[in-house]
Amino acid sequence: MNNTLLWYATRGAGVVSLVLLTGVVVLGIVSVMRWQTAPWPRFLTASFHRNLALTTLIFLAIHVVTAVVDPFTALGWEAAIVPFSSPYRRFWLGLGVVGIYLLVAIVFSSLLRPLFGPRVWRVVHWLAYAMWPVALIHSIGTGTDPRFAWMLAIEAACVGSVLAAVAWRVRRAEPTAWRRPPAIAPQVKKWS
Amino acid sequence: MGEIIEVDRIRCDGHGLCAELLPERISLDDWGYPILKSGPLPEHLSALARRAVDVCPVLALRLAHASRPIALI
Amino acid sequence: MAAAAGDRTAGQEVELIGPADESLATHRQRLGPVPKLVSGELIAALDASGLLGRGGAGFPVGRKWRAVAERSSGRAVVLANGAEGEPLGRKDRSLMAARPHLVIDGALLAAGAVGADDIILYIGTEHRAADAAIRHALAERASEIRARIRIVTAPAGYVSGEESAAVHFVNAGDARPTTTPPRPFDRGVGGRPTLVQNVESLALAALIARRGHDWFIDHGRAGGIGLITVSGAVTHAGVQEIDFGSTLSDVASAAGGLRGDAQAVLLGGYFGGWGEVDEQWGLPLEPRSMRARGLALGCGVVHFLAPESCGVEATARIMAYLASQSARQCGPCVFGLSAIAAATQRLATRSPQADDLDRIVRWSGQLVGRGACHHPDGAVGLLRSALELFAEDFAEHQRRRCRTASRPKRVAVA
Repeated sequence: MNNTLLWYATRGAGVVSLVLLTGVVVLGIVSVMRWQTAPWPRFLTASFHRNLALTTLIFLAIHVVTAVVDPFTALGWEAAIVPFSSPYRRFWLGLGVVGIYLLVAIVFSSLLRPLFGPRVWRVVHWLAYAMWPVALIHSIGTGTDPRFAWMLAIEAACVGSVLAAVAWRVRRAEPTAWRRPPAIAPQVKKWS
Repeated sequence: MGEIIEVDRIRCDGHGLCAELLPERISLDDWGYPILKSGPLPEHLSALARRAVDVCPVLALRLAHASRPIALI
Repeated sequence: MAAAAGDRTAGQEVELIGPADESLATHRQRLGPVPKLVSGELIAALDASGLLGRGGAGFPVGRKWRAVAERSSGRAVVLANGAEGEPLGRKDRSLMAARPHLVIDGALLAAGAVGADDIILYIGTEHRAADAAIRHALAERASEIRARIRIVTAPAGYVSGEESAAVHFVNAGDARPTTTPPRPFDRGVGGRPTLVQNVESLALAALIARRGHDWFIDHGRAGGIGLITVSGAVTHAGVQEIDFGSTLSDVASAAGGLRGDAQAVLLGGYFGGWGEVDEQWGLPLEPRSMRARGLALGCGVVHFLAPESCGVEATARIMAYLASQSARQCGPCVFGLSAIAAATQRLATRSPQADDLDRIVRWSGQLVGRGACHHPDGAVGLLRSALELFAEDFAEHQRRRCRTASRPKRVAVA
């Protein structure tokens, strides 16, 4: 197998995964914000979010496998499975492994949601807010292309869109606030 | 055996994706909460109904077999 | 005949009401010991008597007990529902305060009939006299009996007396209704089949156990006795014990007569319906006759609207109250009832928006059956009967006028 091809595949699949994950996170926030227009109904956001996440898994698989089998990197399977076990850029690479585990947990709990129930599902899903930064930092720390402008531009675009989406999310009032009893108990006189 | 859609009214948060996927059976009231058409689901809507159940963000929908209600209130 | 509280009609034994909490000795002396019944005998007697639940839903008591007994295997639980959250209702607390031993007898008999070892007496937190009387009565009982019974204080609020809410409170301290199925008779307290029964129904069952179903059927003109709470434009508001079949005019007389020329009467409380006094003056207060006229006794409230009160304003107050009492778990109930309350409030103060009346008609069609419990259904039922009886008043209010002499003040809305 051509080593250069493997190397490009690893890096390429890695960048694509980061971009896809950014899309997944942004769509997740769009979904929670209940955003929709006539041509873009909510189930489209939901389906897109789900399909992008599953597609990311494919690219991540390519990214990991090509990295491990590439004789040039000298990474064994252990490096891919046990976080922080590789001598090569131990911390940054380890983060990548952690990120994949988080993503797998999120995807599994979503695919088997009827089994886990809505409460467990929600708790695990919130890990996405940890998973994405971990993936980003892994990309910056292990990436061998940081000095290229195009890579910086991609990373800036990813960070920018997630920050914008989160800012949008944080500003909104809780849509289920109606479930909480009103702050002041209404003084409705007993009528007789 | 007829299938029916049921909604857990307490879980439902009025997201409304169900009405997007199954408008033949589900419409939304003035506040975005589902109004379900009663009676068994027609066969040809079964697959769509399953998708509607899966897409609900809070798992408020479920498919059940239509049966005589238990004769108590 | 109707007997007002504290008032004994000559020759008539008043069963369910009395001046003070009756001691065990007096209770036993009056009624004799609790009979030992063969399994299934009491349920058969309840079926034959046609006793209907007195908590509001009016479900056949025998059938309910049988449903629990069939699932019980000795693990069932009896929950005596004395929460009485209905603001216009006083009967359950009066019954518990006056005849606590009869209620306890009823609970014990129910436990025997459905195969339950545990009994819960669910008493509203505001019913201090009832709570004291029940505790006092329990202290008089044998220790084996006391060991099986516990008192749980129901939190204030309209929905805490709903059967799944009562069970939820006992299980988890949360007096809000739960999604059904499963219903309490299937899985209730501690996951066990639970009989949730109104305290008056239990008291009546205890009387039927002693005297047989014939006694109940032969009573009065239509079979059966029961408690009602009379309020509003009458001279002596209060709890009455009536023979079923007594008419509205009997009830009014026993309450000392109407104050003024009352036009409207609310039957069954906030989940009941309005009727025209003239039209219903001869209405026999019993299930079949009432059902034929689209009315129901419900929780036994009979409230005469004062002639100087405006029906629209009265309805607005009730809707505001019911909206405030939503458990806030289901969107249609929270949003629908508050929208209806706001619109009826605007109508009541004669400052409606252009389509307020049309909207409350539309919304009342949209809410039935769309909550986890029947709270929105009850509210909408009352609203519909108000829209029918006070149709002209509502139309006038939509035109910013009021037919009634009173000047409705701004009413606090939830």
